Amino acid sequence: MDGSDALLLARAQFGLNIAFHILFPTLTIGLAWILVYFRVQYARTGEAAWLATFRLWTKVFALTFAMGVVSGITMSFQFGTNWPGYMGKVGNIAGPLLAYEVLTAFFLEATFLGVMLFGMSRVPPWLHLASTVLVAFGTTVSAFWILALNSWMQTPAGHVIQDGVLIAGDWWAVIFNPSFPYRLAHMMLASFLTAAFVVAGLSAWRLLKARSDAPALRTLRTGMVVAAVLAPLQALVGDLHGLNTLEHQPAKIAAMEALWKTQTGMALVLVAIPNEKEKRNDYEVAVPSLGSYILKHDFEAEVKGLEAFADHPPVAPLFFAFRAMVGMGVLMILLSWFSVYVLFIKNETPRALLWILSAFTFAGWVATLCGWLVTEIGRQPWLVTGILRTQDAVGHVGAAQLGASFTLYLLAYVLMFVAYMVVLTHLAGKGESSMTQASSKS
Amino acid sequence: MMPDLPDIPILALIFAGLMGASILAYVLLDGYDLGVGMLMPAADAREQNRMVNSIGPFWDANETWLVLGVGILLVAFPVAHGVILQGLYLPVAAMLVGLMLRGVAFEFRLKAEGWHRELWNWLFWFGSFLASFAQGVMLGRYITGFASGFGYWLFAALVGAALCGGYVLLGATWLIARTEGALQKKALAWTRWGLAWVAFGVALVSAATPLVSETVRHKWFNFPDTLWLMALPAATLAAGVRLWFHANEKSFQEKNLWRPYGYAAAIFVLAFAGLAYSIFPWIVIDRIGLWQAAHPSALRVVLWGALVVLPFIIAYNVFAYRVFAGKAKENLYD
Repeated sequence: MDGSDALLLARAQFGLNIAFHILFPTLTIGLAWILVYFRVQYARTGEAAWLATFRLWTKVFALTFAMGVVSGITMSFQFGTNWPGYMGKVGNIAGPLLAYEVLTAFFLEATFLGVMLFGMSRVPPWLHLASTVLVAFGTTVSAFWILALNSWMQTPAGHVIQDGVLIAGDWWAVIFNPSFPYRLAHMMLASFLTAAFVVAGLSAWRLLKARSDAPALRTLRTGMVVAAVLAPLQALVGDLHGLNTLEHQPAKIAAMEALWKTQTGMALVLVAIPNEKEKRNDYEVAVPSLGSYILKHDFEAEVKGLEAFADHPPVAPLFFAFRAMVGMGVLMILLSWFSVYVLFIKNETPRALLWILSAFTFAGWVATLCGWLVTEIGRQPWLVTGILRTQDAVGHVGAAQLGASFTLYLLAYVLMFVAYMVVLTHLAGKGESSMTQASSKS
Repeated sequence: MMPDLPDIPILALIFAGLMGASILAYVLLDGYDLGVGMLMPAADAREQNRMVNSIGPFWDANETWLVLGVGILLVAFPVAHGVILQGLYLPVAAMLVGLMLRGVAFEFRLKAEGWHRELWNWLFWFGSFLASFAQGVMLGRYITGFASGFGYWLFAALVGAALCGGYVLLGATWLIARTEGALQKKALAWTRWGLAWVAFGVALVSAATPLVSETVRHKWFNFPDTLWLMALPAATLAAGVRLWFHANEKSFQEKNLWRPYGYAAAIFVLAFAGLAYSIFPWIVIDRIGLWQAAHPSALRVVLWGALVVLPFIIAYNVFAYRVFAGKAKENLYD
């Protein structure tokens, strides 16, 4: 097996794992805070219905959290098994950031999750509420560290090179590297939107089965209000993030926009099939000058094309994934606004809307995965921009071992994912009513 | 005479200690919940619920010690991290799949019904077993320096089986403390079975390590050091014998609830100490030493964080164990 095959297999395996993993934290980070809201409502009103709502969604949370934990443990090992060169070169920076995630977030989440799930009758109410907040806080802290590391890999800063390896010169600069604030804000919003659509979608699914389920209608409304407020904010933050990327990783932007040649008054390509061989777009439909306006807020500005860069990422995956993400984002804005209009102003819950919202349950996952594909593939051929190439970090594990473990992981993921979906649908179908029954029984 | 080895920076020593403590904490804590998982087929359906509920609030935090251990390896000894994890590629993959299956089976079995529930019960057992066995294989591969050849793999497989026995022992002694009635009686019997396996495993590893490495042989068979070193196996044996007599329906008393787990833990601590003595100051025997650590700047920043945060982690872990003290019930979501 030659080096490029090993690289491809190692990337495919790590990519599979990280893509599978990110689904679950994306949901839990936002959902944890929505749970805090449910828990506070129960504390405030003392209504049994809020308690049932809280219990139902803690179950969804626990399930999702477990999926995130187990696939996350896998990642902590795959850094070593798949990318030994990564730790060798930048371990002095990546290591401490990961260590801080474990120390400040993992134990906190894991321990208080136990209290939140099983401790309601064992601790005083304020402590149970505090545990719920600590779980949410833990998930957010976890996101903080992991996005600090990821952003540093995109836009490294604050390091010095000593004897061929990197060490931190200024930790503040390492953590608050140029792309970090944008990426953190973008991801946190993505997480809240994902959770909002899951809450609304599963509640809609329940309402399709039981139209008079009042708690389900209430959580449906909660989800859509959160989405209607945050979805447009996400568009704004996404735009700022894009401008930041243009400043620090212009080749990524050029690939996202399939811009082969440097242009003044750059056209915005709406539809095309990027042709990597001939370095041009086939079947292109473009709006003149709009690209320059979006990227530089000036119709005549010059934007560098792919020809200007010695290294650039593959074009087609970025071009399509970016459009899928933006397209999904626009749909989420429109749908959440329309839903708020129908649910609150017209005060109706038409079946068609419930069906659409059910279909959009996992819209956040689609957009988030596409976004990560854009930013991660967009960093190639670098693992750490300008410092370490992906091909120089890969390990020397044989094809047989990689193939065997790849198959094993894939089987486990498929099984887990199918089971997750089955249980989620089942829980949602039964709704809060099952929770009140369960609690009255015991 | 052994050749002179480089000095070990104090920071590297501290991190080696932290890593050891973290791995030991993992083995003692996740060990019992993996053990409970492996004991599932030996119990009936109602007992199974109580068994799973006894570990429900803890398993996630227990596994975090593994992440901390491998995290410290990664932070403090990046070169060894790459060598060890590549050397253990397949058993690591098997362990991870095992941990994944049992981790989610935990949630799924609570929510599933009918044959789905049976399937997740089975996967919970299988995942627990696979993870435990793989960890034993990792240990076996690690102490033989990842040597290739059928004999070495057979040895690793035997260590894998022995570690399963060890975790069953921890799980059974945990259940003694956390259950009552017929299930507790069963747990007493399981404890003796586990103990027999552990005796076999400890003997196997103790005999094999000196054979594999001259460095290790030299450390143990070097008069007069050998004399006081014998205190270690002697203490292990004593703990085993005490446990054997405690794990008896007639002599067991409810006031000595935690003694069986205590003795089982003592066996693990002693075996761990022996292994640490064998390997020190290497991190991969005869290949990578503790002096091949990360840059002091990275170690210092993590050490500060660890010093501040670890007391809190220990405190709220203790808090969680106090909240969920007492005998396990059949219904988890109270």
